[in-house]
Amino acid sequence: MSVKKLTFVDKKSLNAIALGGAVLGSGGGGDPYVGRLMTQQSIEKSGGVKVIDIESLPDDALILPIAMMGAPTVMVEKFPSGNEFAQLIPMIEKMLTKPVSAILCAEAGGLNSTIPFVAASKLGLPIIDGDAMGRAFPELQMVTFTLGGISATPMAMVDEKGNGCTFDTISNVWTEKLARAITIQMGGSAMCSLYPVTAKECKDYLIRGSLSLIHHIGNIIEKHSFNAYEILVKELNGKHLFQGRVRDVERRTEGGWNRGIVRLEGIDEFVNRDAKIDFQNEFLVAMEGDNVLATTPDLICVFDANTGAPVTAETIKYGLAVNVLGLPCDPIWQSKEALDMIGPRYFKYDIDYKPL
Amino acid sequence: MIRVGVDVGGTNTDAVVMEGKKYLGGTKCPTTPDILTGVENSIRGALTEAKTNPSKVDVLIVGTTHFVNALVQRLNLANTGLIRLCLPSGSSILPFTDWPKSLIDGMGGSYRLIKGGYEMDGSEISRLDPDELINAAKELSNLGCKQIAISSVFATVRGDMEQEAFEILTKAVPNLSITLSKSIGGMGLLERENAAIINASLKPLANEVVDSFKSLQNNLKLSCPMFFTRNDGTLIEAAEVIDLPVLTFACGPTNSMRGAAFLSGLDNALVVDVGGTTTDVGEIQDGFPRLAGTSVMVADVRTNFSMPDVISIGLGGGSIVSSEDPLSIGPVSVGHELPQRAKVFNGDTLTATDLAVAAGRCKIGDKKAPSLTSLDKLIEIMDKMISDKVARARTSNKVIPVIGVGGGSVMMPSKVDGLEVICPPHNDLANAVGAAIAQVSGQVSRVVLVDDNIDRDSAIKEVTEEAKKLAVERHADPKTISVLTVSDMPLSYLPGNNLLINVTVVGDLLLETN
Repeated sequence: MSVKKLTFVDKKSLNAIALGGAVLGSGGGGDPYVGRLMTQQSIEKSGGVKVIDIESLPDDALILPIAMMGAPTVMVEKFPSGNEFAQLIPMIEKMLTKPVSAILCAEAGGLNSTIPFVAASKLGLPIIDGDAMGRAFPELQMVTFTLGGISATPMAMVDEKGNGCTFDTISNVWTEKLARAITIQMGGSAMCSLYPVTAKECKDYLIRGSLSLIHHIGNIIEKHSFNAYEILVKELNGKHLFQGRVRDVERRTEGGWNRGIVRLEGIDEFVNRDAKIDFQNEFLVAMEGDNVLATTPDLICVFDANTGAPVTAETIKYGLAVNVLGLPCDPIWQSKEALDMIGPRYFKYDIDYKPL
Repeated sequence: MIRVGVDVGGTNTDAVVMEGKKYLGGTKCPTTPDILTGVENSIRGALTEAKTNPSKVDVLIVGTTHFVNALVQRLNLANTGLIRLCLPSGSSILPFTDWPKSLIDGMGGSYRLIKGGYEMDGSEISRLDPDELINAAKELSNLGCKQIAISSVFATVRGDMEQEAFEILTKAVPNLSITLSKSIGGMGLLERENAAIINASLKPLANEVVDSFKSLQNNLKLSCPMFFTRNDGTLIEAAEVIDLPVLTFACGPTNSMRGAAFLSGLDNALVVDVGGTTTDVGEIQDGFPRLAGTSVMVADVRTNFSMPDVISIGLGGGSIVSSEDPLSIGPVSVGHELPQRAKVFNGDTLTATDLAVAAGRCKIGDKKAPSLTSLDKLIEIMDKMISDKVARARTSNKVIPVIGVGGGSVMMPSKVDGLEVICPPHNDLANAVGAAIAQVSGQVSRVVLVDDNIDRDSAIKEVTEEAKKLAVERHADPKTISVLTVSDMPLSYLPGNNLLINVTVVGDLLLETN
């Protein structure tokens, strides 16, 4: 695979980034369309964003990961005010008594693959080519930084109404609990900056090149539409897990999660076979009968069989024909310590992770 | 029951007369610039062919592309202003974002964001300020917007604030016409808002269109009730079209696919509708068109209508052919001038129809088809244009038939993408047949708290019963009602599971017959 390096993001490259971000979203992380429009509006007003390598920064440079926290469903109805980042970043700079050198995308999947560009554009900062997940995950502690013992705090969070809040906690799991509770009070979505790191810390745990990668994936989908999945399987060492029509989507929202099960009836070479995908914001486990097809942390990605567009757990509908792909996660997620944090058992599935 | 179905297309206007499931007669007439003359001609022709007296007709059903055409051509659009109830949220994505400039120019593109809207649990983001609302409306009105669309954050969860805004403005600024986003429905503020703006901009035209169809009814002595067809292939009363013209937007492709299913007796097939200028390819599943995934682009604007997933190409019976290198067919077409301009009608223009006649696929016209050295190559190009789209419209390798409909379907080969092509009788009038057989729907959206007293299945069942009741009130025959779509979506972070359940049912129209 040869991925063209992304060095600058303007309006033209946004569509591919949003599309590729939706793929790494693994069904979660929200509608990338909303993120694209926010970034577009921000770039029109404040200019494009420079994408840089982590190596180009001195070791002590302060890097600020940015993310949206909350329910993706909220964001398709309630858009941010647009003033969040101008409020958020000074809050963090004040706590750390140091200016920010670059923005980092915490999660290169879903809506959060584009939101950091809004922050970077508004504040005229560069963005690092990489992220801390290599996909989307549902909880705040599920980043590579946690494996390195790096704290999520000091963390700052603001809502569209202008409420702001900072956190100082004893562990990243506690940050998740407290921040989630406040997100709910803020109306289901909030903008946050967390895991402030130095360039040196970042070098050890960064999943490199994720922004170039999502741009590349997006270009493949734009070019090959409904055939794109075949190329993605080849280029990303993935597996074509299933092709089928959605026969039922059962959903429930529990304690802030969009949980449910998608049931598929096979078509084409998968005819007379059934599969199901469990989701908790992201697609987490794909099964055919008792046979496990793929589990978190590997990526389970669903594509509209007609258009080739990635389909999210939020928007998947009865009757849609889809292709299901398994893509390998970054190797950093395959250690026992990592699997305790993001493996199937953490999400209460009684199965073990088996790499694709 | 005797029904007259009419479908106004870009090139032709078709009409059929049907008694129950029996086809009595029909005609195809060129669509006229004023639309109505073409409609009148085709209805008269169909009634004559069916030997049916107008007084015997029980219902007139119209499918028209008036509204979508106005939008595509950016014509007859009213100056429209949008008021979004959202602040302090919402400003990071402004209204009319991602719209084509020409369309914004066509309707003004003015908007105001004001305080209001709901959180996902139904609590207020901020309270609606009547003075702020009235000022916004007056400002928009001063900019020339007599049509106002109102959208509110989470109007799908609670519609009260849009309703309140409607009532305030109706009293305070009475000369405005208002569209509420909740009457169009669907999740996604931007898509719902876009649909509401489009609807508002088309209302004056809708009023004219319905009025003119009513006077046409008088001219034709058709004293029966009149309905229009909706995007989903079901009926909407004329009075409702005046307020919500967007609901009839995509009825053309829907009608032709429903008609194709009916005429062929097939419930699962691909449908290729070859018209004078374009060809639409779609799929029917269980007798209804397969709908597009999530959002739909209408005239390059993203909306959330439930519309059939149709792929179009610029190939039709009137497509202009270049027989010199480089060989090409379409997308420019002679349209309804085919009977004057095609070679087989002694005209001067080589069209796709001439190719089909030359290749022996059909007999049309009064002149011999031209002999062309490049005929085989051109036919190959034409067939490939269709088979490429058929391949794309398929969702599986399963061998299903292809139903050819529309006036240009005679040009089709006997196999497309390896699938057999079926051309049922009267297939050239499939869209008018689709209109004539349109059914009645009942759609209900309701929030149900799923707990120990009621589970998801029973909740869906309850809502389904409500939808059935509604369909019966709209003259559906209770014996024929079946469920078309069911969806449920969780709403909130509140304890328990609040589900927003949407159910659509359909049934046959049951009117007291003459």
